[in-house]
Amino acid sequence: MTLPQLFFAYFAVSITGLSLLVVTRKNPVHGVLWMLVLFVHIAMLYLFLNAEFLAAIQIIIYAGAILVLFLFVVMLLNLRVEETERRFQWSWPVGLVAAGGYAVSLIFILVKITVFPQPGHYTIEKMQTEGNLMIIGKVLYTKYLLPFEITSLILLVAIIGAVVLTKKKQE
Amino acid sequence: MSHLRSMILISPELLLVLTALSLLLLDFLVRRKGTLAVAGAAGIFISAYVNYRLIKVGMTGGTIQGMFAFDGYANFFKLIFYTTLLLTILLSVKYLAIEKISAGEYYSLLIFSTVGMMIMAAATDLLMLYLGLELMALSTYILAGIVRGDRRSNEAALKYFFLGAFSSAFLLYGITLVYGLTGSTNLREIASALHSLKLAESPITMLSLIFFITAFGFKIALAPFHMWAPDVYEGAPTPVTAFMSAGPKAAGFAVMGRVLFDVFGGLQMQWSIILEPLAILTIAVGSIIALSQTNIKRMLAYSSIAHAGYALIGIVIGTPEGFVSTMNYLMIYMIMNMGAFGVVIMLKREGFSGENLEDYAGLAKRHPVASALMLVFMFSLTGIPPTAGFIGKFYIFMEAVYAGHIYLVIIAALFSAVSAFFYLRVVMYMYMKEPAGDISLSTSKTAGIALAFAVIMVLVIGVFPSLLLNFARNSFFG
Repeated sequence: MTLPQLFFAYFAVSITGLSLLVVTRKNPVHGVLWMLVLFVHIAMLYLFLNAEFLAAIQIIIYAGAILVLFLFVVMLLNLRVEETERRFQWSWPVGLVAAGGYAVSLIFILVKITVFPQPGHYTIEKMQTEGNLMIIGKVLYTKYLLPFEITSLILLVAIIGAVVLTKKKQE
Repeated sequence: MSHLRSMILISPELLLVLTALSLLLLDFLVRRKGTLAVAGAAGIFISAYVNYRLIKVGMTGGTIQGMFAFDGYANFFKLIFYTTLLLTILLSVKYLAIEKISAGEYYSLLIFSTVGMMIMAAATDLLMLYLGLELMALSTYILAGIVRGDRRSNEAALKYFFLGAFSSAFLLYGITLVYGLTGSTNLREIASALHSLKLAESPITMLSLIFFITAFGFKIALAPFHMWAPDVYEGAPTPVTAFMSAGPKAAGFAVMGRVLFDVFGGLQMQWSIILEPLAILTIAVGSIIALSQTNIKRMLAYSSIAHAGYALIGIVIGTPEGFVSTMNYLMIYMIMNMGAFGVVIMLKREGFSGENLEDYAGLAKRHPVASALMLVFMFSLTGIPPTAGFIGKFYIFMEAVYAGHIYLVIIAALFSAVSAFFYLRVVMYMYMKEPAGDISLSTSKTAGIALAFAVIMVLVIGVFPSLLLNFARNSFFG
């Protein structure tokens, strides 16, 4: 096993472990904090692909902005009561069976693979010569301009929704 | 030059977005909220007309970067979406006034949702498909919960949101697997890569196929994934329920058809085997549980589940002709369903929901016209000739028989007979019971126009079925 493989193995295993920690913590604040660690690990995976811009964005936006928002919401909701009740516990066995079954079938599938998947258009070599930021900028504003613009509509709808669902009732 | 062409190809969608944005602004300027509905309808008409002109000048077949296709397939579904949107707006005017829903946001969210559906139907790239789906879904989540003071509306929005997000995750997982296999998100490139690399037999392809079916199954409320539908349909404001049961369902079928036929065309045997039990289960669950419903919105929710099962038969067959009959069915279902919900909406007035079956007792004595309309729509939903509902089911069953799925047709026909019980029970209440008290209808000119249109279309398609069927066939093959 080479050194990069060793590093990848570490991140792969710890991402799985961390995701389990996120969903199993009784205290939601702890769950969110584990998610923070999880996101940092995912950012490292981007570094393996030479996508340093994506890694930075992952940390700044997900770990920085979105998780802080999560924490705010969790703390506002006063979940102390929920913690003591066992209302979400019954679904555990169902989830375990579903996830376990999926994991088993996925392992069987992965073992049987003979044809190796195609690499995408943007290989590590291409990233190294052109640079991650350059490629993303080019692709986003040429080939994927239309999806990019539709994303803006989705955000607009989210804003309208936030206003509609929270504004004071008109008299 | 290609940019201009792209702008022209997507101009119907752009016009709709423009309409939605101007409605948001107009909301501040206009005091009479009925004006907003007129302005919205005008914008939609312009957009639809531009779309029609684009077809006439021969733009059909053009694509934007291979992601967004302006083809007959998309245009057929766009017609469904335009009609749904217009009928919903016409039926909403009075309801908004009764429930005091802010009209500007309401109409613009409806339009944004429709834009999302149009993008879904036109998407030939998984990225576009996903974004269109999210645009549609996000707008409908908000619409379901737009009556903020109503607990049921809140519950509907939350349930819809959580399960919708869950199903999006399935879709993304499927897309990831396909992208990992083929290195592309473009439907055509994926199909050719699956073919040339002999990946069609790969278990991962199967797995992603299952994920796609699960995700689309959520959107069109197929049986094991239907649990959200009754609660959401019951809790959401009735015009939104009407909209949800017609538009997003057709959009779900549109993407399902395109993905299954274009990408997994070589796996037709496999997806037929997966979908066949789902179709039977969906029809059975929808028809049987609807029997015990006393709330008419809930009853129509289960009926909409059952109808998704009938429409699915056209896909199970796996032939292009089969899918044409599904398209035909979706158009017919949309019109008759909007009509049925239109009558339900009219029973709503201040402080009275008009959603219970008992509320329909003796309606025929007080309001013969509304009852006659409901009668036609209920007959059509059951599938009794000479209404459009019969034609829809007839063509689906005929194609299934041609393809050799005879027992599937027998099961579907049996459940269709079961469904007569709960549809005709409404008719029985209207015509054979004595009115309990005074029933007043919230009639309006706009709702009248919508209902008249729906009933005329139901009868015209019922009498001249080849008009719609040929249109669907030309759209699919042309």
